[in-house]
Amino acid sequence: MNTAAHKPGCAPADQDRVALAWQALAAVEDPEIPALTILDLGLIRFVSVRAGVLEVGLSPTYVGCPATEVIHESVVRALGHADIGECVVTSVLSPPWSSDWITAEGRHKLLKLGIVPPEHTASSMREVLRTDRPPACPRCQSSDTECISEFGSTPCKALHRCRACLEPFEYFKCI
Amino acid sequence: MSASAPDTKALFRYLLRLGDLSLVLGQRLGEWVGHAPALEEDLGMANIALDLIGQSRLLLSYAGEIEGGGRSEDEIAYLREQSEYFNPVLAEQPNGDFGQTIVRQVLIDAFQLELYERMAACSEERLAAIAAKSVKETRYHLRYSGSWLVRLGDGTEKSHALAQSAVDRLWPYTVELFAEDELDRAMADCGVAPRLAEVRAAWDARLDELLAQATLKRPDDRGYSWHGKRGQHSEHLGYILAELQYLQRAYPGARW
Repeated sequence: MNTAAHKPGCAPADQDRVALAWQALAAVEDPEIPALTILDLGLIRFVSVRAGVLEVGLSPTYVGCPATEVIHESVVRALGHADIGECVVTSVLSPPWSSDWITAEGRHKLLKLGIVPPEHTASSMREVLRTDRPPACPRCQSSDTECISEFGSTPCKALHRCRACLEPFEYFKCI
Repeated sequence: MSASAPDTKALFRYLLRLGDLSLVLGQRLGEWVGHAPALEEDLGMANIALDLIGQSRLLLSYAGEIEGGGRSEDEIAYLREQSEYFNPVLAEQPNGDFGQTIVRQVLIDAFQLELYERMAACSEERLAAIAAKSVKETRYHLRYSGSWLVRLGDGTEKSHALAQSAVDRLWPYTVELFAEDELDRAMADCGVAPRLAEVRAAWDARLDELLAQATLKRPDDRGYSWHGKRGQHSEHLGYILAELQYLQRAYPGARW
């Protein structure tokens, strides 16, 4: 899902524009977790050129997340600075963004920040209820951890605590 | 696509019905910010409120587009009169104590969950996409509210009594959620929304399970004949709107 939708037979100039757009997008940071780019989070659905207009498909993570608008603006700005001609940013709701789309690189960066990356996504309420297996502590790796709050500093993270080293840590929710 | 496309006016009203439920409940939850029993619950309720207002934005901005009069989501959210809001009155019931907030939340979370899960498979593409997006968040809302219901109900004697009295007080309002009117029927007929009877059956099963776990008794299904879905509200909505709309009424056109 994360690769450019190069249309066969599309003019080289368009392919260059698409490549430049990806390059520009790779530099856009997430406003809440600036160590991660929007590509790490898997927010870009496609980059394509249609009728001379370059289109970028952007997925919101949580519909009410205040970062969503900031990200949209940053994407527009980054594309504006790149030499890619006329472009639009389209919000893509379907299929809904999933934490499964966070790249391996993104997961690695999260863990280095002390945020436990999400496991596989729950596809039903039954699974959401069953995913009670506590994540291991990112500091001491103990699995003796507990959930303090389903909702942490941002909508996408839950707050946990390690009973072994007593440190709190954040867990990126599976959605 | 469905066999018969929905009537634009009907779809507009239906979108307001869904959007207002999220908007009003989100506004209510927001009242807890800075007042919750613990910081974690403060954050939890604020986060759920944000999700709900996010859902409402998607629904109301779509309603504005369908209406075709150029109204934005903000104009729709902030500049309507009370009788033009179509949320069921359960959403506007006061927060009361923490138990009442949690019970109201469980009742509506479970309703939205069962509704959205089915709506995601319906034929109105944009609404189905909004439902598919919202259902993921709603599962977490219900996990939060449901686990609190169990903790309160199966907790101390006092928390049990307060939770039961909240269930008894709010239960009659749930009748309106499932009272199918012409609009609900029209939306189901053209494949935009699931049948409310179907949503009801799934909601019943889920509530029975949660209440049993929480050692709480399910009240009779006798309800009040509220018509919030048609714009007839309890006294509470006016106060909510006074706060919700204050800025736009006092400083028309104010922007961030």
